[in-house]
Amino acid sequence: MSAALDILSAVAISAGAFFFLAGTAGLLRFPDSLTRLHALTKADNLGLGLVVLGLLPHAAGPLAALKLIGVWLLAQLAGASVAQLVASAVKARGPET
Amino acid sequence: MSAATLFGLCGAGLVGLGLYGLVVSPAPLRKILSFNLLGGGVFLLFGVVARRGAAAGLGGDPVPQALTITGIVVAFSATALAVALALRLFDATRRPDERADEPSADGGS
Amino acid sequence: MTPDLAIDIGLAVLVLGVAAWTTVVRESFAAVVGFVTYGLLLALAWVRLHAVDVALTEAAIGGGVTGALLLAAAARLGPAEDRTPGDRPGAAPRLLAAVLCALVSAGLGAIVLLPPDPAPTLAPAAVASLPKTGLGNPVTAVLLAYRAWDTFLEKAVLVLALLGVWSLAPDALWGGRPGPAYRAQRDGALALLARVLPPAGIVMGVYMLWTGADEPGGAFPAGTILAAMWILVMRAGLADAPAVGRRSLRVALVAGAVVFLAVGLSGLATAGAFLAYPVRFAKPLIVLIEAPLTFSIAVTLGLLAAGPPERGLPR
Repeated sequence: MSAALDILSAVAISAGAFFFLAGTAGLLRFPDSLTRLHALTKADNLGLGLVVLGLLPHAAGPLAALKLIGVWLLAQLAGASVAQLVASAVKARGPET
Repeated sequence: MSAATLFGLCGAGLVGLGLYGLVVSPAPLRKILSFNLLGGGVFLLFGVVARRGAAAGLGGDPVPQALTITGIVVAFSATALAVALALRLFDATRRPDERADEPSADGGS
Repeated sequence: MTPDLAIDIGLAVLVLGVAAWTTVVRESFAAVVGFVTYGLLLALAWVRLHAVDVALTEAAIGGGVTGALLLAAAARLGPAEDRTPGDRPGAAPRLLAAVLCALVSAGLGAIVLLPPDPAPTLAPAAVASLPKTGLGNPVTAVLLAYRAWDTFLEKAVLVLALLGVWSLAPDALWGGRPGPAYRAQRDGALALLARVLPPAGIVMGVYMLWTGADEPGGAFPAGTILAAMWILVMRAGLADAPAVGRRSLRVALVAGAVVFLAVGLSGLATAGAFLAYPVRFAKPLIVLIEAPLTFSIAVTLGLLAAGPPERGLPR
């Protein structure tokens, strides 16, 4: 059972790392601010969620697992708000590279 | 090579980088940033001393760690004062460099 | 090479790389963003050095409050700095500076690579007196029991820095409100964040203060988180910055230091020395000091990030 959990953790964390890599590739390769924002927020929210999912079996108890999920929710809240703010600033200033 | 030695070398590198930026950058804001990089390097060196002093069941010597916490807070207050000075200099001279011996374009405020 | 060592090497290289980028990049705004990133990476380095209290403080102050302060400064100073960069030194002085700074780094690196053996440490002494303080976290014990005088002086330094910042206001605006009048959209993303996050942030700050007695945490990270929540609320325009001449604000600023001093002076009567705690009441006295200290730190850090008064009081 614990071997299966370890494999699940490894797969989830690797998938999360892959999404972070994809988000960074989007940040570097996409042409303008809005597309880069899209790449960053989608990849980072999903990537962080997968990493947290992979860490949940190894958490030191249900309270620690809830803290991990709380971290993910707070990171999503901050990321979504900042993405909205950057996007409205881009819209106000006009398109740029 | 242990983590402590590695981060000690990193701290030494940060001190050099921060010192270079402090000396070479002409703009006050960049000098303030480099000063903070320098401070971060010094604190890392403290952290290495703390890590090497791990004993009595602790992960690190608590006295340098407490000194570092104090240092981080005081460095922030120094940064805040420096930023306020830089902003005031900018407002008074309308020019963000530090040569105060030249006459300013407007009369200042 | 173990995975731990690989992570440490990657982290150290990343910290140095981001710091180098911050030093050489052209735009000031980008340099400030690089600096905030450097602060967060440094917090990770502190965790790898088994100093979790320091990591919390570095993440909160280096990544949070300093970021807010420097981003506001870069917004005002940056465009002019980038347009007229002033006179950079020529190639020869820069090379000389680089060589000398490299020598400084090499000297420090040599000190790191040739440590004293056995390493000097005060950890056994710190742990030995821990039961007398009633605390479980040795860093909190150092901050508030063994070296309480340093913590008190640090609080005084914070207030002095704030006085310095306030004194930069023009005479006519003394006692006014710091910073511009922030106005975010009532139903925009920033206002939403400033309504949803502070309740959670306040709970986290108070929890971190309470748990700092036995686990990593303590007054300084807690005060910084509370200050960050206040800065967020002010920047979103949900609450205006208080006028710095208000008596209640000034009482809030000095409350931490005053209570600290009072408990220290009472130690003369009860335990025989300034800032000594009687063993039976050590933990309650420390908590009594920590609560106003955290509140004062939060108010001071928030006002330091807000800057000197820029708007006068309505007459």
